[in-house]
Amino acid sequence: MKIKASLIGSFFTGLTLLAMLIILAILFIIVGNILWHGHQIISWEFISQAPREGMTAGGIFPAIFGTVALVLLMIIAVLPAGVMTAIYLHEYAKTDSILTKTIRYAVNNLAGVPSIVFGLFGLGFFIQFIGVGMDKSLGLEAVWGQPCIMWAALTLALLNLPVVVVSSEEALRAVPKETREASLALGATKWQTIRRIVLPQALPGILTGAILSISRGAGEVAPIMFTGAAYFLPYLPHKPTDQFMELGYHVYVMATQSPDVEATKPILYGTVLILLILTLLLNFVAIFIRSKVRRQMRQSY
Amino acid sequence: MEEKTENKAPAPVEIGEKKADHTAAKISVEQLNFYYGNCQALKDISIDIKENHITAFIGPSGCGKSTFLRCLNRMNDLIPGAKSSGRVILDGIDIYGKNIDLSELRRKVGMVFQKSNPFPKSIFENVAYGLKIQGITDQVILDETVERTLKDAALWDEVKDKLNQSAMKLSGGQQQRVCIARALAVKPEVLLMDEPASALDPISTAKIEELILDLKKTYTIIIVTHNMQQAARISDSTGFFFLGELVEFDLTSNIFTNPRNKRTEDYVTGRFG
Repeated sequence: MKIKASLIGSFFTGLTLLAMLIILAILFIIVGNILWHGHQIISWEFISQAPREGMTAGGIFPAIFGTVALVLLMIIAVLPAGVMTAIYLHEYAKTDSILTKTIRYAVNNLAGVPSIVFGLFGLGFFIQFIGVGMDKSLGLEAVWGQPCIMWAALTLALLNLPVVVVSSEEALRAVPKETREASLALGATKWQTIRRIVLPQALPGILTGAILSISRGAGEVAPIMFTGAAYFLPYLPHKPTDQFMELGYHVYVMATQSPDVEATKPILYGTVLILLILTLLLNFVAIFIRSKVRRQMRQSY
Repeated sequence: MEEKTENKAPAPVEIGEKKADHTAAKISVEQLNFYYGNCQALKDISIDIKENHITAFIGPSGCGKSTFLRCLNRMNDLIPGAKSSGRVILDGIDIYGKNIDLSELRRKVGMVFQKSNPFPKSIFENVAYGLKIQGITDQVILDETVERTLKDAALWDEVKDKLNQSAMKLSGGQQQRVCIARALAVKPEVLLMDEPASALDPISTAKIEELILDLKKTYTIIIVTHNMQQAARISDSTGFFFLGELVEFDLTSNIFTNPRNKRTEDYVTGRFG
């Protein structure tokens, strides 16, 4: 009996190990394949030049630039909105009121909406409704009412709002009640307590949400393909109403729309590799900032 | 039941007497009831608390003594579903009345909590916090206040060379004294202490007790404690809470040597609780 039980035990242990190994193997195959095929083309020229000859030669600098600009704009939009929502939900709203429940329900559902739906929403709401509306009321000719980097960034921000709200709320929840009470008992107002005591302590957790949304934002293609990403542009975006090239979209374009798929293949691999590296790099910067904030908090300030 | 009516009857007389004798009733609580939702935590509490006295409240866990303490600076306002009735008169003003500025009230009635709760900031920033939120940025005033209150809290000599170090790195007893200094920095008139030494070792406890006796000269101190010896050692008056009622309130010596109420006697002699 005992032997049988232990046999079953090791069988299932082995099964979990196998599952893990399969996943690990798949990851290695993907990354290895990309590294193997991608590394040959990576050069200074590749990351600093624009595509040439129908994307069969040259580099991908405009797409790198566009991706970084897009992610930064998205963070600028999503962090304040997400953190303020979280502050409202956790600090001010009554937990059992219908309004709070509705907001929470909406945020959770937002997280489950497919990204292509966000893309269509961005097109319909930001461009057709707000953009065209702005043009009409300002008497302009299709300035805001067309795909551009600002609408794409806002669409991505919307997509990432739940991530930031949930992680910020989690971070606020982790600040002990005793610390808040200490501040209030000294005559601080609620806002002073949030501003000076709660937010600084919650900052590392809030930054975690930002990191997660960077990873997600840099890789999403669906939300931006209708709202601002361009097939090819001879110039870099330099104002909010410009269109832009983006790495993920560039990959999609080269894989499906290129006149000569075989010729673009090395560039395709290289682009994917750069996209991976860039995402890791952005993550790394965010993690660095977070650990610095944490260290600052542990020691004195 | 008999005792309850017996206990209630002389109470108004007592208040009248005290008002006649000592005009120095810092806080007068009149028929205070407090509810957590439908659960009544405080039942018809009436009491006068004297200025520059140490008033201790004892009683078993869950008897309402901490709730009562938190009524005195309205910290209970933070609890959803809590409500109260009755009056708490501080220097002639009902703190549950209209147009009460909670910040002002809490500056006047400071609080030290059971668990030491310094902010994750430096010792200096912890003590200066109460002033900074009032908009005081004058470094001279801040320096002076931090030094004075840390001296008052008997901590200055231990930390004067490391004021910029995080308060979280101090020992439990030192942290609690930072919290006391922090409370003193906003110049309160009343200091509420919710079992301030319950989490500390005997040496730290002795230091805190010594400190409380010292602070009595300047402040009106109201302390809640589980520790009856502590109440006997440091307080001038003691109140015994049981199941949300203030069973007996008298001079500490009377409570511990000659309690009028049977339940008080049972509790202080260790027969229950």
